[in-house]
Amino acid sequence: MRMLSMALRSLRREWRSGELAVLWVSLAVAVAALTGVGFLVDRIGRAVQAQASEILAADARIESAERLAPELQQHAQSLQLQTASVTTMLTVVFNGDTSHLADIRAVTGGYPLRGTLKSADQPFEPGALTHATPSAGECWPDSRLAAALGARVGGTLMVGALPLRVGRILISRPDQGSAFVEFAPALLFNDVDLAATQLVQPASRMEYALLIAGDAKALRTYRDWFQPRARPGERFANVADASPQIGDASRRAGQFLSLAGLVAVLLCAVAVAMTARSYVARHLDVVALMKTLGASRRFVLGVHLLQLLVLAVVAAVIGALAGWLTQAWLLQALAGLLRTDLPPAGWVPVFIGFVVAVAMLAGFALPSLLQLTRVPALRVLRRDAGPPPPQLWLSLAPAALAGLGVIYETLGQLQLSLWFAAGFAAAIGVLALCGLLLVRLTGRVRRNTSVALRHGLANLSRRRAGSVAQIVAFGLGVMLLLVLTILRRDLLHDWRTSLPAGAPNYFFVNIPTEQREDFETALRAAGARPERLLPMVRGRLLTINGVAIEKVPARGRMAEREQNLTWSADLGDDNLITAGHWWRPEDAGKPLVSLASEFQESLGLKLGDRLDFDVAGEHFDVTVASFRKVKWDSFRPNFFIMFPPGLLDGAAGSYMTSAAYEPRSPGALTELVRRFPSVSIFNIGDLLAQVRSVIDKAVTAVQSVFAFTLLAGLTVLLAAVQASRDERRYETAIMRVLGAARGLLARSALAEFAALGLLAGLLAASGAALGGWLLARQLDLHYRPDAMLWVAGVLGTIGVVAFSGWLATRPALNQPPRTMLY
Amino acid sequence: MTRDIVLKAEQVTRQVNSPDGLLTIVRDVSLEIRARESVAIVGPSGAGKSTLLALLAGLDSLSSGKIWLAGEELSALDEDGRARLRAAHVGFVFQSFHLVPALTALENVMLPLELRGERNARNRAAEMLARVGLAARAEHYPRQLSGGEQQRVAMARASVGQPSVLFADEPTGNLDSKTGERIIELFFELNAAAQTTLVLVTHDRELAGRCGRVLTMDGGALV
Repeated sequence: MRMLSMALRSLRREWRSGELAVLWVSLAVAVAALTGVGFLVDRIGRAVQAQASEILAADARIESAERLAPELQQHAQSLQLQTASVTTMLTVVFNGDTSHLADIRAVTGGYPLRGTLKSADQPFEPGALTHATPSAGECWPDSRLAAALGARVGGTLMVGALPLRVGRILISRPDQGSAFVEFAPALLFNDVDLAATQLVQPASRMEYALLIAGDAKALRTYRDWFQPRARPGERFANVADASPQIGDASRRAGQFLSLAGLVAVLLCAVAVAMTARSYVARHLDVVALMKTLGASRRFVLGVHLLQLLVLAVVAAVIGALAGWLTQAWLLQALAGLLRTDLPPAGWVPVFIGFVVAVAMLAGFALPSLLQLTRVPALRVLRRDAGPPPPQLWLSLAPAALAGLGVIYETLGQLQLSLWFAAGFAAAIGVLALCGLLLVRLTGRVRRNTSVALRHGLANLSRRRAGSVAQIVAFGLGVMLLLVLTILRRDLLHDWRTSLPAGAPNYFFVNIPTEQREDFETALRAAGARPERLLPMVRGRLLTINGVAIEKVPARGRMAEREQNLTWSADLGDDNLITAGHWWRPEDAGKPLVSLASEFQESLGLKLGDRLDFDVAGEHFDVTVASFRKVKWDSFRPNFFIMFPPGLLDGAAGSYMTSAAYEPRSPGALTELVRRFPSVSIFNIGDLLAQVRSVIDKAVTAVQSVFAFTLLAGLTVLLAAVQASRDERRYETAIMRVLGAARGLLARSALAEFAALGLLAGLLAASGAALGGWLLARQLDLHYRPDAMLWVAGVLGTIGVVAFSGWLATRPALNQPPRTMLY
Repeated sequence: MTRDIVLKAEQVTRQVNSPDGLLTIVRDVSLEIRARESVAIVGPSGAGKSTLLALLAGLDSLSSGKIWLAGEELSALDEDGRARLRAAHVGFVFQSFHLVPALTALENVMLPLELRGERNARNRAAEMLARVGLAARAEHYPRQLSGGEQQRVAMARASVGQPSVLFADEPTGNLDSKTGERIIELFFELNAAAQTTLVLVTHDRELAGRCGRVLTMDGGALV
């Protein structure tokens, strides 16, 4: 109790004196960086989960080609899970004499369980969200089907033997899949009408799906119950199966943001360690006195531990609050990238923030404080009597452990954490070495400078360790920000300008071979500028050099799915041969193949490898003749796998193309669909815009997180100024005794921090230029050295550091000269 | 003020606030010091010697009274004005040397000249450092020097600008007696050569005895 009241009393005193401000600010910035990112990642994770659920239109679904046993649904309901069912088949739908193949979907009420339908009165309209589903006797054809059949709301369509009234036009449904997968247009109708269509026959190819949604725990229970009972052909699909890429991408994005946050945390840890050291140096006398007055070592330790704990709580609360606000702000910045109706963030990040604050104090401040408790009471008589020097492992091990702990806690993978720690330590080492060299160099040039500058530079080289720490902290922070600026401004800009002004914005797939010329003419007549038309057939890769594809170790999913194949005599200027040769006239009809580099890398292929393809039952044993680098962002028709002309020509296929196209009215598209009912149209203009905004926003998010590293740099500066506070006051007083005006001292401080900023800025700009160049190489973009980067980076850093340093040292500049005598 | 008088105090009083009310540290002190005179201020601890020195040198502000230094009324100047006057006319030697730790010995000696904006500071400072026998230590930092060496650097710094008045506060207080003696010799030697006015606060009767005039303080007043 005595200990607690003592701890609180001295904490209050020191709080008032500003002694502890830097310590808690550093902690709070670290906690804010980590919790801000934590909140964000947490919410992004939930959003991705929700979006992925929408793709299934449920949290999970059981699919089968056979009718599902009723008990599957009953059991789900008994677990309080929501259910709905979807039965689909491909059939021809009639409007009078006009007919079209459609993917008809009989749905029960409640469909979709996740996500929402959009419907409209006319095809190809934006449509409005609706929670209704087709009622009995009603059907909702999608835009393409309605356009192809000339169906209107209120009209009647024949589905099998049953006439159904067109209630609405279906604009979109959550489970419509991604672009090229489902070609047939869809028609939604009520499950109660399914039997009356008489389409469910023993030979018909149906797909039955039971949709399930609800509590995650109940879902797991259900899955565990289902799996042993699953009949052949019954498949349980959940979110992870449905969208592995989305899950991976969000996990990686989360990890990346966490890494960005971690850099800030570790820099703050440096500030904490520096502050703790100066705190201890300043309190040696007080502790010696306390001991003289009878305080035990345990008491001294207890008092300081309690103070640290209180400090950790305060910093964690303030930091977590700042983190939450940051996250809220980031979500605003990311608006449109994520759903706005995200579930609220959980409390876990707050807890983590507290743990991090405690860990940082324990690792980076406690060793110094332990030193404090070892001060001999003798110090009151002999000022040179200090605590015994700390054992190296005792001061380094806790810091290393705490650092690694925080890294591991954030990244969750030991190996990655070790790599990050090693990489971070190496980067800091290199930066510190450069910083040290620069500081030494500065020491040399001060000889021939004015008195203010000399004094400033002298301070820089005398407090070498502090100067290097600040240069590294600011250098790192500014460097990361500059790299992202390069990425965003130069590289992304480069990417954008590399798209021709009239980049294709529509894809047209499934163009029948005999209609391709008519279609092209029609497109041109409609004002579109079509690209090349390429043939397209589906095929499966069976073996590589005689080894079955299942046994080939592959990265990615290239080998798993059916491939779209094409053939062409022309390479196109968006393809570049990287190895081998492109088709010569004599290659026509030869069993050769040209592969995109992504396909090559995924399967580890080399020139001369033999691949066996199955195209509609026919085998094609072909030899790899070339590899191509494909410029996918040209948005022109391109394929991973290309054959020479004359080899697959007999295979039944269709054509595809893309075009820059601005329809004069929604009716123009309808007209096109009516004329070429089998052609599927995809608007990639919207997708393109979305991709741009996604990248832009993602970079904004990362950049905002890196802003924390700049804040962390500021805490290191504050810590360094705090550590040198007494020296600065002392020097101010001497200088004033010798007749230095206040202005000169202010200029000297400005010079010191401007030089610090210059060195950090130089380090940052050169590091960023190197980083930008490496990144450009990695991303295959063009990097132009930019003088503005240097000017802005260096001047910006000088500005920030000089201003903050001047502000932080201002109190010391007011030291009156008389203190020299008293 | 006669031309010969370089430092004059008139009814100088310095009071500070204390928990027990207003505390008078220096009371009604008047004095005149002529150019090239050497004056020692002696007295028991707490007599107000150092405070008087600080007031005479313009390091502290007065509660009442007036001080003239080198013909200018010190008490009428603001902080920066007093700093300018110090830079032009005053040299200082302290008990604890008070060198700027970030600067080398040479740079410390250069400082007063540079603050005056004088040219050739480096050469003059090097010359001065040689006169106090520290030419070889010019590039050393204060922490690399012994106490006696540090005080010699401080003296070089105090004398290099040829100040009108040299103030010294217990210049040998932190040195052993042998080093102290050598420092004192050097001090008076430099002073004689530069014909500087010397105002010295000391406990050391012997040191005081070497000055032309001894002022004794007690309870904040000259006695």
